[in-house]
Amino acid sequence: MGTTRGFFRRRSGDDERLPPGQYLERGFPVLSAGPTPHVPLDQWDFSITGSLSEERSWTWDEFLALPREDFTVDIHCVTTWTKLDTQWTGVSVDTLLDGVELEGGYLTALCDGGYTTNLPVEDVTGGKAWVVYQYDGEELEPEHGGPARLLVPHLYFWKSAKWVRRLIFTDEDEPGFWEQLGYHDRGDPWLEQRYQGD
Amino acid sequence: MTHLDGNAVAGDLAAIFTGDLSGAVATCAGCGVTGPVATVMVYEGMGEVLRCPDCDTVLLRLMRVAGETRLDMRGVSLLRWQSAA
Ligand SMILES: [Zn+2]
Repeated sequence: MGTTRGFFRRRSGDDERLPPGQYLERGFPVLSAGPTPHVPLDQWDFSITGSLSEERSWTWDEFLALPREDFTVDIHCVTTWTKLDTQWTGVSVDTLLDGVELEGGYLTALCDGGYTTNLPVEDVTGGKAWVVYQYDGEELEPEHGGPARLLVPHLYFWKSAKWVRRLIFTDEDEPGFWEQLGYHDRGDPWLEQRYQGD
Repeated sequence: MTHLDGNAVAGDLAAIFTGDLSGAVATCAGCGVTGPVATVMVYEGMGEVLRCPDCDTVLLRLMRVAGETRLDMRGVSLLRWQSAA
Protein backbone atom coordinates (compact mmCIF):
# COMPACT_ATOMS: atom_id res chain seq x y z
CA MET A 1 0.00 0.00 0.00
CA GLY A 2 1.40 3.39 -1.00
CA THR A 3 1.54 6.45 1.21
CA THR A 4 -1.02 9.16 0.52
CA ARG A 5 0.15 12.76 1.03
CA GLY A 6 -2.19 15.30 2.57
CA PHE A 7 -3.82 16.49 5.74
CA PHE A 8 -6.23 13.57 5.84
CA ARG A 9 -3.63 10.91 5.24
CA ARG A 10 -4.79 7.61 6.59
CA ARG A 11 -2.56 5.86 9.04
CA SER A 12 -0.99 2.94 7.24
CA GLY A 13 -2.76 -0.29 8.10
CA ASP A 14 -6.27 1.20 8.37
CA ASP A 15 -7.42 -0.58 5.22
CA GLU A 16 -6.36 -3.94 6.60
CA ARG A 17 -8.52 -3.26 9.65
CA LEU A 18 -11.70 -2.80 7.57
CA PRO A 19 -13.70 -6.03 7.19
CA PRO A 20 -15.24 -6.66 3.74
CA GLY A 21 -18.11 -4.33 2.82
CA GLN A 22 -17.35 -1.85 5.64
CA TYR A 23 -16.41 1.86 5.50
CA LEU A 24 -14.42 3.91 7.98
CA GLU A 25 -16.62 6.05 10.28
CA ARG A 26 -15.16 8.92 12.34
CA GLY A 27 -18.31 9.64 14.35
CA PHE A 28 -20.24 7.26 16.55
CA PRO A 29 -23.65 6.58 14.94
CA VAL A 30 -26.52 5.67 17.28
CA LEU A 31 -28.73 2.76 16.27
CA SER A 32 -31.67 1.85 18.45
CA ALA A 33 -34.59 -0.49 17.96
CA GLY A 34 -36.54 1.28 20.69
CA PRO A 35 -36.66 4.09 23.23
CA THR A 36 -33.67 4.65 25.53
CA PRO A 37 -34.40 3.15 28.97
CA HIS A 38 -33.51 5.12 32.10
CA VAL A 39 -33.14 2.79 35.07
CA PRO A 40 -31.96 4.48 38.29
CA LEU A 41 -28.63 3.03 39.40
CA ASP A 42 -30.02 2.06 42.81
CA GLN A 43 -32.49 -0.18 40.96
CA TRP A 44 -29.95 -1.55 38.48
CA ASP A 45 -28.46 -5.01 38.89
CA PHE A 46 -26.65 -7.44 36.67
CA SER A 47 -27.04 -11.21 36.73
CA ILE A 48 -25.90 -14.44 35.14
CA THR A 49 -28.57 -17.16 35.10
CA GLY A 50 -29.62 -20.35 33.32
CA SER A 51 -27.49 -23.38 32.51
CA LEU A 52 -24.60 -22.82 34.90
CA SER A 53 -23.44 -24.20 38.24
CA GLU A 54 -24.21 -21.02 40.21
CA GLU A 55 -26.40 -18.01 39.44
CA ARG A 56 -24.93 -14.65 40.45
CA SER A 57 -26.07 -11.08 40.65
CA TRP A 58 -24.43 -7.73 41.41
CA THR A 59 -25.77 -4.33 42.40
CA TRP A 60 -24.31 -1.29 40.62
CA ASP A 61 -21.85 -0.66 43.46
CA GLU A 62 -20.83 -4.32 43.57
CA PHE A 63 -20.36 -4.29 39.80
CA LEU A 64 -18.08 -1.23 39.95
CA ALA A 65 -16.01 -3.00 42.63
CA LEU A 66 -15.22 -5.92 40.28
CA PRO A 67 -11.79 -5.94 38.61
CA ARG A 68 -11.97 -3.60 35.61
CA GLU A 69 -10.10 -3.55 32.33
CA ASP A 70 -9.27 -0.64 30.02
CA PHE A 71 -8.94 -1.65 26.39
CA THR A 72 -8.98 -0.28 22.85
CA VAL A 73 -10.76 -2.12 20.02
CA ASP A 74 -12.27 -1.63 16.56
CA ILE A 75 -16.06 -1.99 16.26
CA HIS A 76 -18.04 -3.05 13.19
CA CYS A 77 -21.76 -2.33 12.64
CA VAL A 78 -23.71 -4.49 10.19
CA THR A 79 -25.09 -1.27 8.64
CA THR A 80 -21.52 -1.10 7.18
CA TRP A 81 -19.66 1.39 9.39
CA THR A 82 -16.46 0.51 11.22
CA LYS A 83 -14.94 2.69 13.93
CA LEU A 84 -11.30 2.18 14.85
CA ASP A 85 -9.55 2.49 18.21
CA THR A 86 -12.57 2.88 20.50
CA GLN A 87 -11.63 3.00 24.19
CA TRP A 88 -13.69 1.23 26.84
CA THR A 89 -13.64 0.34 30.51
CA GLY A 90 -15.55 -2.57 31.95
CA VAL A 91 -15.59 -6.04 33.44
CA SER A 92 -14.51 -9.04 31.41
CA VAL A 93 -17.17 -11.75 31.06
CA ASP A 94 -14.39 -14.12 32.21
CA THR A 95 -14.38 -12.27 35.54
CA LEU A 96 -18.17 -12.62 35.88
CA LEU A 97 -17.88 -16.34 35.19
CA ASP A 98 -14.83 -16.95 37.38
CA GLY A 99 -15.38 -20.22 39.26
CA VAL A 100 -18.72 -20.91 37.52
CA GLU A 101 -19.18 -24.04 35.42
CA LEU A 102 -21.21 -23.56 32.25
CA GLU A 103 -23.53 -26.38 31.29
CA GLY A 104 -24.77 -25.12 27.91
CA GLY A 105 -22.98 -23.84 24.83
CA TYR A 106 -24.91 -20.59 24.26
CA LEU A 107 -26.25 -17.50 25.94
CA THR A 108 -28.82 -14.78 25.43
CA ALA A 109 -28.06 -11.22 26.50
CA LEU A 110 -31.23 -9.65 27.92
CA CYS A 111 -31.57 -5.88 28.12
CA ASP A 112 -33.76 -3.16 29.57
CA GLY A 113 -36.39 -2.46 26.92
CA GLY A 114 -36.62 -6.17 26.06
CA TYR A 115 -33.85 -6.40 23.44
CA THR A 116 -32.13 -9.78 23.19
CA THR A 117 -29.21 -11.21 21.23
CA ASN A 118 -27.78 -14.74 21.18
CA LEU A 119 -24.13 -15.78 21.24
CA PRO A 120 -22.03 -18.93 21.48
CA VAL A 121 -20.22 -19.20 24.83
CA GLU A 122 -16.85 -19.35 23.11
CA ASP A 123 -17.43 -15.86 21.69
CA VAL A 124 -17.75 -14.28 25.14
CA THR A 125 -15.02 -16.19 27.00
CA GLY A 126 -11.23 -16.17 26.69
CA GLY A 127 -10.85 -12.36 26.83
CA LYS A 128 -13.26 -11.63 23.95
CA ALA A 129 -16.19 -9.89 25.68
CA TRP A 130 -16.89 -7.34 28.42
CA VAL A 131 -19.72 -5.55 30.17
CA VAL A 132 -18.56 -1.94 29.78
CA TYR A 133 -19.64 1.20 31.64
CA GLN A 134 -17.14 3.78 30.35
CA TYR A 135 -16.45 4.98 26.82
CA ASP A 136 -13.48 7.22 26.00
CA GLY A 137 -12.81 7.81 29.70
CA GLU A 138 -16.34 9.03 30.48
CA GLU A 139 -19.39 7.26 31.85
CA LEU A 140 -21.24 5.52 29.03
CA GLU A 141 -24.01 7.75 27.60
CA PRO A 142 -27.54 6.28 27.70
CA GLU A 143 -27.84 6.56 23.90
CA HIS A 144 -24.74 4.37 23.56
CA GLY A 145 -26.05 1.80 26.03
CA GLY A 146 -25.33 3.32 29.45
CA PRO A 147 -25.19 2.62 32.25
CA ALA A 148 -23.70 -0.63 30.88
CA ARG A 149 -23.58 -2.54 27.61
CA LEU A 150 -22.17 -5.81 26.41
CA LEU A 151 -19.11 -5.39 24.19
CA VAL A 152 -18.12 -8.22 21.84
CA PRO A 153 -15.94 -6.32 19.38
CA HIS A 154 -14.95 -9.24 17.16
CA LEU A 155 -18.62 -9.72 16.14
CA TYR A 156 -21.01 -7.25 14.44
CA PHE A 157 -22.08 -4.56 16.88
CA TRP A 158 -25.73 -5.70 17.29
CA LYS A 159 -24.24 -8.48 19.45
CA SER A 160 -22.84 -5.78 21.77
CA ALA A 161 -26.24 -5.33 23.38
CA LYS A 162 -26.99 -1.89 24.86
CA TRP A 163 -28.53 -1.63 28.35
CA VAL A 164 -27.65 -5.25 29.14
CA ARG A 165 -28.90 -6.57 32.49
CA ARG A 166 -28.58 -10.32 32.31
CA LEU A 167 -26.71 -13.10 30.55
CA ILE A 168 -28.95 -16.17 30.33
CA PHE A 169 -26.93 -19.30 29.57
CA THR A 170 -28.79 -21.84 27.41
CA ASP A 171 -28.35 -25.34 26.06
CA GLU A 172 -29.60 -24.42 22.59
CA ASP A 173 -28.87 -21.36 20.44
CA GLU A 174 -32.05 -19.30 20.75
CA PRO A 175 -32.33 -16.50 18.15
CA GLY A 176 -32.58 -12.99 19.60
CA PHE A 177 -34.41 -9.84 18.49
CA TRP A 178 -32.70 -9.39 15.10
CA GLU A 179 -31.68 -13.00 14.63
CA GLN A 180 -35.39 -14.04 14.64
CA LEU A 181 -35.91 -11.75 11.68
CA GLY A 182 -33.02 -13.20 9.68
CA TYR A 183 -29.77 -11.73 10.94
CA HIS A 184 -26.93 -14.21 11.47
CA ASP A 185 -26.71 -16.20 14.71
CA ARG A 186 -22.95 -15.52 15.02
CA GLY A 187 -22.20 -12.36 13.00
CA ASP A 188 -18.47 -12.47 12.26
CA PRO A 189 -17.67 -9.30 10.25
CA TRP A 190 -14.55 -10.84 8.68
CA LEU A 191 -16.72 -13.64 7.23
CA GLU A 192 -19.47 -11.10 6.39
CA GLN A 193 -22.02 -13.12 8.37
CA ARG A 194 -24.77 -10.49 8.12
CA TYR A 195 -27.80 -12.70 7.47
CA GLN A 196 -28.76 -16.31 8.14
CA GLY A 197 -27.11 -18.40 5.44
CA ASP A 198 -24.14 -16.03 4.91
CA MET B 1 -63.91 -31.03 6.76
CA THR B 2 -60.65 -30.94 4.83
CA HIS B 3 -58.57 -27.79 4.65
CA LEU B 4 -57.16 -25.98 1.63
CA ASP B 5 -53.56 -24.87 1.22
CA GLY B 6 -52.36 -21.29 1.24
CA ASN B 7 -52.97 -20.85 -2.47
CA ALA B 8 -56.64 -20.55 -1.69
CA VAL B 9 -56.06 -17.17 -0.02
CA ALA B 10 -53.19 -15.92 -2.21
CA GLY B 11 -55.43 -13.52 -4.08
CA ASP B 12 -57.03 -12.20 -0.90
CA LEU B 13 -53.63 -11.65 0.75
CA ALA B 14 -52.25 -9.90 -2.31
CA ALA B 15 -55.19 -7.53 -2.23
CA ILE B 16 -54.66 -6.93 1.50
CA PHE B 17 -50.95 -6.16 1.58
CA THR B 18 -50.49 -4.04 -1.52
CA GLY B 19 -52.62 -1.19 -0.22
CA ASP B 20 -51.50 1.76 1.91
CA LEU B 21 -51.92 0.68 5.54
CA SER B 22 -51.16 4.04 7.15
CA GLY B 23 -54.89 4.64 7.59
CA ALA B 24 -55.40 1.22 9.16
CA VAL B 25 -56.11 0.83 12.86
CA ALA B 26 -53.98 -1.55 14.96
CA THR B 27 -54.65 -3.07 18.38
CA CYS B 28 -51.56 -3.58 20.54
CA ALA B 29 -51.14 -7.13 21.85
CA GLY B 30 -49.24 -5.76 24.84
CA CYS B 31 -51.67 -3.23 26.34
CA GLY B 32 -54.77 -3.51 24.16
CA VAL B 33 -54.76 0.12 23.05
CA THR B 34 -56.14 0.73 19.55
CA GLY B 35 -54.90 3.48 17.27
CA PRO B 36 -54.04 4.42 13.69
CA VAL B 37 -50.87 2.84 12.25
CA ALA B 38 -49.74 6.34 11.28
CA THR B 39 -49.31 7.23 14.97
CA VAL B 40 -47.01 4.35 16.01
CA MET B 41 -43.32 4.94 16.85
CA VAL B 42 -40.90 3.78 14.12
CA TYR B 43 -37.22 2.99 14.77
CA GLU B 44 -35.04 2.46 11.70
CA GLY B 45 -31.61 0.91 11.33
CA MET B 46 -31.13 -2.81 10.87
CA GLY B 47 -34.78 -3.04 9.92
CA GLU B 48 -37.95 -1.13 10.70
CA VAL B 49 -39.38 -1.55 14.18
CA LEU B 50 -42.90 -0.26 14.88
CA ARG B 51 -43.76 0.25 18.56
CA CYS B 52 -46.91 1.04 20.49
CA PRO B 53 -46.90 4.74 21.48
CA ASP B 54 -48.53 3.83 24.83
CA CYS B 55 -46.50 0.84 26.10
CA ASP B 56 -43.46 0.49 23.73
CA THR B 57 -44.45 -3.09 22.75
CA VAL B 58 -42.98 -4.08 19.40
CA LEU B 59 -46.04 -4.18 17.13
CA LEU B 60 -44.32 -5.09 13.92
CA ARG B 61 -40.84 -5.64 12.50
CA LEU B 62 -40.02 -5.38 8.82
CA MET B 63 -36.83 -6.35 7.03
CA ARG B 64 -35.90 -6.77 3.39
CA VAL B 65 -33.05 -9.13 2.57
CA ALA B 66 -31.96 -11.01 -0.54
CA GLY B 67 -35.12 -10.18 -2.48
CA GLU B 68 -37.35 -11.28 0.37
CA THR B 69 -39.59 -9.25 2.68
CA ARG B 70 -39.91 -10.42 6.28
CA LEU B 71 -42.73 -9.22 8.48
CA ASP B 72 -43.16 -10.11 12.15
CA MET B 73 -46.56 -8.97 13.41
CA ARG B 74 -46.75 -10.74 16.76
CA GLY B 75 -47.38 -7.51 18.63
CA VAL B 76 -50.53 -6.68 16.66
CA SER B 77 -53.58 -8.54 17.92
CA LEU B 78 -55.92 -6.97 15.37
CA LEU B 79 -55.44 -4.86 12.26
CA ARG B 80 -58.47 -3.37 10.58
CA TRP B 81 -59.05 -1.03 7.63
CA GLN B 82 -61.67 -0.06 5.07
CA SER B 83 -62.02 -2.59 2.27
CA ALA B 84 -61.53 -1.32 -1.25
CA ALA B 85 -64.87 -0.53 -2.87
ZN1 LIG C 1 -49.37 -1.07 23.81
